[in-house]
Amino acid sequence: MMLFNRQQTQLKTLPHLDWLEAEAIHIMREVAGQCSNPVLLFSGGKDSICMLRIAEKAFRPGRFPFPLMHIDTGHNYKEVTDFRDKRAAELGERLIVRSVEDSMKRGTVVLKHANESRNKHQSVTLLEAIEEFGFDACIGGARRDEEKARAKERIMSFRDEFGQWDPKNQRPELWDLYNARAHKGENIRAFPISNWTELDVWQYIQREGLELPSIYFAHQRPIVRRQGSIVPVTELTPAKAGEQIIDLQVRFRTVGDITCTAPVESDADSVEKIIAETATTTITERGATRLDDQASEAAMEQRKKEGYF
Amino acid sequence: MQLIEDHGLLRFLTCGSVDDGKSTLIGRLLFDSKAILADTLSAIEKTSLKRGMQDVDLSLLTDGLQAEREQGITIDVAYRYFSTGTRKYIIADAPGHEQYTRNMVTAASTANLAIILIDARKGVQPQTRRHSYLAHLVGIPHLVVAVNKMDLVDYSQARFEEIKADYLAFAAQLGIQDVRFIPLSALKGDMVVDRSENLVWYDGDTLMEILEAAPAAHTEHDEPFRFPVQYVCRPQDSTNPELHDYRGFMGRVESGSIKVGDAVTVLPSGRTSIVKAIELGGEPLREAITEQSVTLLLTDEIDISRGDMIVKTDALPTQTKQVDATVCWLAEAPLDRARTYLLRHTTRETKAKVAAIEWRVDINTLERQAAERLQMNDIAQVSFKLAQPLLTDPYVDNRGTGAFIIIDESTNNTVGAGMITKLAA
Ligand SMILES: Nc1nc2c(ncn2[C@@H]2O[C@H](COP(=O)(O)OP(=O)(O)OP(=O)(O)O)[C@@H](O)[C@H]2O)c(=O)[nH]1
Ligand SMILES: [Mg+2]
Repeated sequence: MMLFNRQQTQLKTLPHLDWLEAEAIHIMREVAGQCSNPVLLFSGGKDSICMLRIAEKAFRPGRFPFPLMHIDTGHNYKEVTDFRDKRAAELGERLIVRSVEDSMKRGTVVLKHANESRNKHQSVTLLEAIEEFGFDACIGGARRDEEKARAKERIMSFRDEFGQWDPKNQRPELWDLYNARAHKGENIRAFPISNWTELDVWQYIQREGLELPSIYFAHQRPIVRRQGSIVPVTELTPAKAGEQIIDLQVRFRTVGDITCTAPVESDADSVEKIIAETATTTITERGATRLDDQASEAAMEQRKKEGYF
Repeated sequence: MQLIEDHGLLRFLTCGSVDDGKSTLIGRLLFDSKAILADTLSAIEKTSLKRGMQDVDLSLLTDGLQAEREQGITIDVAYRYFSTGTRKYIIADAPGHEQYTRNMVTAASTANLAIILIDARKGVQPQTRRHSYLAHLVGIPHLVVAVNKMDLVDYSQARFEEIKADYLAFAAQLGIQDVRFIPLSALKGDMVVDRSENLVWYDGDTLMEILEAAPAAHTEHDEPFRFPVQYVCRPQDSTNPELHDYRGFMGRVESGSIKVGDAVTVLPSGRTSIVKAIELGGEPLREAITEQSVTLLLTDEIDISRGDMIVKTDALPTQTKQVDATVCWLAEAPLDRARTYLLRHTTRETKAKVAAIEWRVDINTLERQAAERLQMNDIAQVSFKLAQPLLTDPYVDNRGTGAFIIIDESTNNTVGAGMITKLAA
């Protein structure tokens, strides 16, 4: 008997991007079918831009069966929040913005010191928004290739009423039979592009001709070099005494809170060039660009246990 | 510019007994295929050093949870990704511990190939049998038995052959046919990506060559068309009058394929119609194939909702209020025969009660025993009475319409997995 012989299969199979897209559409439709009040988290970043295209493919010519929501730390790049608003308007879908600053005013977020990054405090604001609107599921663009704790998470990830993830006790998730059931107050986090890599995302952006905020492409920016990272010099992140500010050609691989997102040196000013760089890079997306995860080995797992996305 | 030529996507898992080297093998595979990036490597180097190890502990690549790193074991599945010049791989690293079998089942259910590791010193273990049985049960079409840690048995061919004979005897009992054997050392890298001086007596393919040649298709035989409806699109509120009568039936093709003009039957109602259009994101398609997510439009106005199934009229599934299935019990709380559970099958849900537990299998002897209860990790033949009919095919013919999960409504947990065997009349 001839085994493992590719000629044996006459059936057509989907090229890998089509397969990933079909899986993501299926997951989004399951959320829409199983949950009564879901929301799609949209930040204006590349992963959530792909998510919007997937939602269009899943639900057009109808409207999305969920609003879009952004948890804004108030420390995002203007290029990105402008893009966020523009994209939501173009799609004609409802965008909810809830801000960490409001949680600070309410006293539910208390910074340890004025300069503490607001990034991890997004969890609080997210949980408050979930309660405010009664959302039973949040659809997010997290990918398993981003981080080792994310690599362990289910596609439909159950969170208790405190938003906590229990990594040692996850629901079995078999075949494509997703279980998005939750009691009132509990919550499902659904990740349609779990199985996508950074390269897949860029290839999809190219194939679909998706527009992105300008800071994803190479541009000149004042930066300082600090402990091996490139730190952008902004009002929020000024140079420290003695640091030398230089203008560097950079691009962002991920766009998040200004205080914890660093760009990489690059002259890739087109999607094609970024794909070429991504295919040959020697540093992971978060390794190169996140100033918050390097703090400890289990930083992400800890944040997720506390309700973070 | 197209950097990666597309030969589709292969999902596989590593499984086998505790400490047989599953996580290390994946680490090795990623390392030797240069899929580990510098910062990840330097992080695991640091951790390995901190723990007083000499070599880099490659299992740290997939053992991403704090508890796993502390104990040096895998608790839950980790997913890793890499692509060669030709295809994308999704790897699932399953835990070996019996306690976490449910996580292995999770990984196995979506895999098209399983690498079953055996420690060359220990040979076939009860957990090797359990995982092989489960891999076979969930219908993974390709099994590769990797006899690992060959470096610890002096790369002995005799030892390899001995284990192979042992395994084959067991596999024959199960009816496993398509199985390959490969000697390797995950730690040293012999026969993973590169051939090895130490194993000159082995002239088969390396593990990577086996992976590159394995068929990507989830199922390799033709199956009838099955389209469970996930969601119905009725954009009545649209300002576009053309859309006023639009009814799109959204779902993923579980099996088979469909073309515009095909005759279809909608179940459970039994109404028939013709496919008027196939769309993806509002764009027309002529055909849709297995695993594609699309929207179907029919020529007739039929009341269809989530949970219904559209099939080709010439090949109908069975409509039944009773199913017989092989069940893996996944929850700590045992199956309670007095209780009502929820079955989720395709996009349908129904309440269900156990009618009978026919037998429970002893994983070591493969003997069938009488059983009153099912405990965690038990595999048993169970028949269920259903409140609503399901539209089923036997699992061996069709994974999509032969599988279901069992949900405990009090916790909403997934407590069991079922594979439909014969169909009740
Ligand atoms: N000498 C030798 N040691 C190996 C080899 N492969 C793995 N090991 C060692 O065996 C031990 C267990 O390896 P893991 O990869 O964690 O085993 P595992 O199968 O993933 O274990 P669980 O997931 O907990 O079931 C580690 O100390 C490895 O370094 C090998 O080929 N040769
Ligand atoms: Mg392991």
